[in-house]
Amino acid sequence: MNSKGASTSGGDGTRDSSAPRRNSKKPKYSRFTQQELPACKPILTPAWIITAFALVGLVFVPIGLASLSASEQVVEIVDRYDIDCIPEQFQNHQLAYMQSSQTNKTCTRNLIVPRKMNSPVYVYYQLDNFYQNHRRYVKSRSDKQLRSKAYEHVTDSCKPEDKANGSAIVPCGLIAWSLFNDTYKFSLDSKVLEVNKKNIAWKSDQDHKFGSDVYPKNFQSGELIGGAKLNASIPLSEQEDLIVWMRTAALPTFRKLYGKIEVDLELNDKITVVIQNNYNTYSFGGKKKLVLSTTTWIGGKNDFLGVAYLTVGGLCLFLSICFVLLYVFKPRTLGDPSYLSWNRNAAGHPS
Amino acid sequence: MPRTGRIREKLRWSKIYTFSCIRHPESINADAGPSLSLSLSLSLPLPGPGHSRIVRCNQPRAHKRKPLDYPTNYISTTKYNIVTFLPKAIFEQFRRVANLYFLLAACLSVTSISPFSPVSMIAPLAFVVGLSMAKEALEDWRRFVQDMKVNLRKALVHKGNGRFSNKFWHKIRVGDVVRVEKNQFFPADLLLLSSGYEDGICYVETMNLDGETNLKVKRSLEVTLPFEDDRSFKDFTATIRCEDPNPSLYTFAGNLEHERQVYALDPSQVLLRDSKLRNTSYIYGVVIFTGHDTKVMQNATESPSKRSRVEKKMDRIIYILFTVLVLVSLISSLGFAVKTKLEMPSWWYLQPQRGDNSHLYSPSTPGLSGIFHLVTALILYGYLIPISLYVSIEVVKVLQAMFINQDLQMYDEETGNPAQARTSNLNEELGQVDTILSDKTGTLTCNQMDFLKCSIAGFPYGLSSSEVEIAAAKQIASEESGGSVQNGGGIDYWENGGSGFGSSPEIELEGGITCKIEKPRKPMIRGFSFEDDRLMQGNWMSEPNPGTILLFFRILAVCHTAIPELDEETGGFTYEAESPDEGAFLVAAREFGFEFCRRTQTSVFVRERYPSSAEPIEREFKILNLLEFNSKRKRMSVVIRDENGQLLLLCKGADSIIFDRLSKNGRMYEADTSKHLNEYGEAGLRTLALAYRKLEESEYSAWNTEFLKAKTALGPDREAQLEQAADMIEKELVLVGATAVEDKLQKGVPQCIDKLAQAGLKIWVLTGDKMETAVNIGFACSLLRQGMKQIRLSPMNKELITQDANKAVKEDIQKQITNASQMIKLETDPHAAFALIIDGKALTYALEEDMKHQFLSLAVDCASVICCRVSPKQKALVTRLVKEGTGKVTLAIGDGANDVGMIQEADIGVGISGVEGMQAVMASDFSISQFRYLERLLVVHGHWCYKRIAQMICYFFYKNIAFGLTLFYFEAYTGFSGQSVYDDWYMILFNVLLTSLPVISLGVFEQDVSSEVCLQFPALYQQGAKNLFFDWYRIIGWMANGLYSSLMIFFLNIGIFFTQAFLRGGQTADMAAIGTTMFTCIICAVNMQIALTMSHFTWIQIVLVWGSIATWYLFLLAYGESSPLVSGDAFRLLVEALAPAPIFWAVTLLVAAACNLPYLIHISYQRLYNPMDHHVIQEIKYYKKDVEDQIMWTRERSKARWATKIGFTARVDAKIRQLKGKLHSKVSSLSGQTVVATPPPDVL
Repeated sequence: MNSKGASTSGGDGTRDSSAPRRNSKKPKYSRFTQQELPACKPILTPAWIITAFALVGLVFVPIGLASLSASEQVVEIVDRYDIDCIPEQFQNHQLAYMQSSQTNKTCTRNLIVPRKMNSPVYVYYQLDNFYQNHRRYVKSRSDKQLRSKAYEHVTDSCKPEDKANGSAIVPCGLIAWSLFNDTYKFSLDSKVLEVNKKNIAWKSDQDHKFGSDVYPKNFQSGELIGGAKLNASIPLSEQEDLIVWMRTAALPTFRKLYGKIEVDLELNDKITVVIQNNYNTYSFGGKKKLVLSTTTWIGGKNDFLGVAYLTVGGLCLFLSICFVLLYVFKPRTLGDPSYLSWNRNAAGHPS
Repeated sequence: MPRTGRIREKLRWSKIYTFSCIRHPESINADAGPSLSLSLSLSLPLPGPGHSRIVRCNQPRAHKRKPLDYPTNYISTTKYNIVTFLPKAIFEQFRRVANLYFLLAACLSVTSISPFSPVSMIAPLAFVVGLSMAKEALEDWRRFVQDMKVNLRKALVHKGNGRFSNKFWHKIRVGDVVRVEKNQFFPADLLLLSSGYEDGICYVETMNLDGETNLKVKRSLEVTLPFEDDRSFKDFTATIRCEDPNPSLYTFAGNLEHERQVYALDPSQVLLRDSKLRNTSYIYGVVIFTGHDTKVMQNATESPSKRSRVEKKMDRIIYILFTVLVLVSLISSLGFAVKTKLEMPSWWYLQPQRGDNSHLYSPSTPGLSGIFHLVTALILYGYLIPISLYVSIEVVKVLQAMFINQDLQMYDEETGNPAQARTSNLNEELGQVDTILSDKTGTLTCNQMDFLKCSIAGFPYGLSSSEVEIAAAKQIASEESGGSVQNGGGIDYWENGGSGFGSSPEIELEGGITCKIEKPRKPMIRGFSFEDDRLMQGNWMSEPNPGTILLFFRILAVCHTAIPELDEETGGFTYEAESPDEGAFLVAAREFGFEFCRRTQTSVFVRERYPSSAEPIEREFKILNLLEFNSKRKRMSVVIRDENGQLLLLCKGADSIIFDRLSKNGRMYEADTSKHLNEYGEAGLRTLALAYRKLEESEYSAWNTEFLKAKTALGPDREAQLEQAADMIEKELVLVGATAVEDKLQKGVPQCIDKLAQAGLKIWVLTGDKMETAVNIGFACSLLRQGMKQIRLSPMNKELITQDANKAVKEDIQKQITNASQMIKLETDPHAAFALIIDGKALTYALEEDMKHQFLSLAVDCASVICCRVSPKQKALVTRLVKEGTGKVTLAIGDGANDVGMIQEADIGVGISGVEGMQAVMASDFSISQFRYLERLLVVHGHWCYKRIAQMICYFFYKNIAFGLTLFYFEAYTGFSGQSVYDDWYMILFNVLLTSLPVISLGVFEQDVSSEVCLQFPALYQQGAKNLFFDWYRIIGWMANGLYSSLMIFFLNIGIFFTQAFLRGGQTADMAAIGTTMFTCIICAVNMQIALTMSHFTWIQIVLVWGSIATWYLFLLAYGESSPLVSGDAFRLLVEALAPAPIFWAVTLLVAAACNLPYLIHISYQRLYNPMDHHVIQEIKYYKKDVEDQIMWTRERSKARWATKIGFTARVDAKIRQLKGKLHSKVSSLSGQTVVATPPPDVL
């Protein structure tokens, strides 16, 4: 770090006494205009290179290890039930089974807890091949309507699910209309496991985006019935399932929080889940999964972060060693004039 | 009026002049190059097409009504006015493809096709276009102010009743009678009516028009001579019928009707706007053409808008990006169509069967939907095209231009003019110049002569040394004393304060060569730097040949055409001479004690001062004949009768001419004199030989009859007859001596040329002057030196008037070129240097289509090229030839209107400001007040600007590719529906706020090395000339880096945020969370990247880089706190979801590091094992090795020069070789002196 002073041209500013009249056009001296601002001019010395790589490596590898171990600590049960919940005889007519209102869609699944799961245990449903991020879908909502009763009729953006029977739908739009409607009931050794469905949505959504005076109205009353129906007596701000659903996922495969089981689950606990398999993913071949998972500081189970950190960190350590070796075996003195182009070309022509 | 009481010297000049006054207009044209010589009939022009103009003299009112309502004298060079500004400027803006694209996108953004909200499309576009237009408006305003300065000049105009008063130039109308005083410019094209001289002659300097420095004589009609004072115009009326406005400077046809008589007019009565009245106290003239009708304005071509090579290449990159954009969009819309057709029907949650009256997502018409989607995609991926690139570049360039304007080291104290970047779009081009085409007069020289040395009777006088000699001696001295160097700068003579040689007193070399080295005293007398006491104060009387010396002085004082002017303040005389050389001679004669004080029609009076008597003796020399100088004769003579009745012919002229005409016994001093002449030539001085001849009465009278006969002859061969007559008497001369005059170069010109040559630039001199002058200047600027092989191309002197003369001349030129090329090819000595000197006539042929490439390749092989007697048009043609033939960047520099063509034609035009004329400056892209500032402009500013802009553009593409492609990848995950993962606001801010300021600071403040180092290592300039920082390798590298970064950013984020919870609270990431995190990664990665790119951090860069990252978080915070109706899913995102999640920070860190890893590896490896020059110099500076190891530093500086064959240093080297050779031969001294093989140059 060498900061350059303005010692060379400081005098210029005071040399103006001789011709006072003409100096109107004379530029005023300042370090800024003369491009002489003190500057730090770091250069990439081998020491810096090696230190930088080593440092990155040394920081990243522990982070990677920590992430991996955190991910390891997470206990996750994933159960795909979309196929198995269709009775044998309907396996070839899945769609018909789902669309029929006559069929019994109840389905029972058993889950074994592989490791001890400390509370809270989060319950998710995971959908696959479901384009919640499709532009038509994402745009089909009305934030104004959701937020306050006064804007109940603002449904322009909700097309084609904006109005039913001539009046506005609350909540309007495709997202709300296609609300997920499978339900899960958990029991452990015939004892019901309470699923807490409070506080699964984001606090700010509940408080600021979904009005406490907005009640579902005209919902799912059109000719097409999409997903879940809403209890018209509960304001939207309390409809946490809807709030969670309305936060559209970025990828076609996504999980959404269903609820929390607030007791610890012990190893080899056998959990029985009674599923109301209502939601139609069969028409587009989407999978449905039930996920129970604990969390740590990095959230749920995902080794990717740790692996990525370890890779980058390892690479940096490797590079730092490479540069050390290069430097040892083929050193170059910094500022060695023989590396200047005119010294390198034998012909004497700088190039 | 102030004219009363003025002492006016009435002289009939026509008597003194032999040639020029009675010269036919054709002969003037002939000098100006064939392109301009148009035949002109002297007969009265027939009224008809092209000759319809009628001017009612002294009746300007008649011109206020139609049909004589001609334009006023108002000139305007602005592009816009208040009304046309908006439509025109907007049109200009949208001629850029990128802007047009964004305009279309903005228009579409109001429809539902657009993936973005209208404001996010329109706001950046409005910002960008608005800024560009503001800049445009500012530049036009400056032009307007410049115009107004000219328009508001004042001139004396006849108001009626014989009264004249001041009027603004722009108010002058056709028909006005104006009075122009000495050294004023003519406000419009005038018809000369009368002048301060009795016979209506006046002198005009047309430097601004054609660049010729010698004064031109104009002559009024006899009939208008009586109108010689203000009162006489009271009742003056006349009518002029003449040609319509046209751009031909050398023709004019018309007639004057005065008192029912018709008189023919020709160009010698026309005074053109922007030429200047010289040596004449005043003139009266009537305005014929005004404003844009004037010849000079008719000549003005609209300045072409120039774009730098970097920008042109940038356009190509943008086209590539457009291709990528279209490709990506096609893939995307194809994917969309397929998905819509095949899969969408099953996506019940989209209600595919219920279209919303459009075909945007209709599975039944996938083709149509696909086409709509193509438009959407084209808008969506628009981020691949950096919308802010143009505007950022413009901002950067304006700031760079500001630095150029503010540079104190390019500020000229004398004229008070700073450097000025008149257009800012060529800044980086300054760093890539390959060839400089320079005008001579006013650019390299100040057109001022200094009498420096003389040789009289074989003795050299004059001790002042030229700079070449001083520097060579100094260099030798430093080498002799074992390489010890003062101030660490032995090689750089110029570093230590230009002429600061005062420190070393006297250096005596072994061989007895003594060089007195002292700081050249600033000459007290303008034009006279002679220092030798042997001749001063009458000491010459005691010299060996006082008689010859006396004669020498008398020739100086008598043989000329100047007139003296008494300076009433000092009592001394100043001289109005036709050429500056003559002025210098007269000043010298005055200083020697021979003061030319009075000229009458027949005599010259000289006050001679001798030490013997206190009072000067005034002697009268009767001038019997004056044989004028012209470029063909290369000599002038006077025949005088002195007070003793002795008839003498005094002659001065080019040495070769004079030497040929010496009598047998007049060659006494020839050997010595020619030796001295060679020395003077070597020292870059202009030389003339002086001689005399005693005439016998009978011989003279015989000759005089002949001469008079020739003089009164009529017809085309009159001139030839005159020359022949002159030839008859100018022989049998006796040599007296020679003079050496320094054509005062502008300050620092040789040094600057030297440095530029070391930086690898080629320098061509294009001048309207004659060959000898140009060659002399070539010597003075070290473009030529002794030992250089000169190739002279000029047409042979064939007096053929036959039809195939042209063909013969052409073949001759062709042969000369072929021979010269052959000679260069066969040359084996690597040190051999060639110089090409070509004159205008030869150039006419050389520039013809079939020969020009041959000519160019010859010229490129030569170390220096000098083109003399070239017309403005040829200057432009040569410039075009170089520009197009070599494909390299050319820079033209000049100061006069004759340089305008070349300035406009070249890639970069530089005008010299400070001299009066403004045309060159107005046409230029940069103006500087001295040639020497060119070095700093190119080597420092050019180098910096080039690197800055190149790096900046590369980075811009990088960052936009890195950003834009993530949008594309995301599309693949949304069924190509056109949904963006980022909030609209993020995207607006990305280019405008979050990443633009650091890159602008890179473009404005980056310095790879300091300005001193740039100057010390001229070879660094070649980095720009070779385009090392903007070649395809580098551009593609940066694009690949962008591609890599986009992949890293997207897939690391997707992988990490996959489906699981990202918070301890169990929530999974939604689109807003992932998008925001991804965007954070981008901001961090690209800002980190720019920090790695920079090598120079002032507080500004540090603040801007960190500030950009901080701004992003602050924005996110503020945005999150705004109403959820505005921020949508981003509401409180940072506070509630992202900031508490360690994974958010972890991802940012990881991605930022991963994105920059390859670049870091690249620069680490490159610096370690393949460092570029500036890297090594940075290291030397960093470790302060330059201070510790000064010898190394100096050595490297001297090596860091382009191996050049021109320039001062090369010349000093040659001189050293020569001196060493001399020393060596003196030491060995057996085999006699080595003879320099090359013949003495053919100088004057």
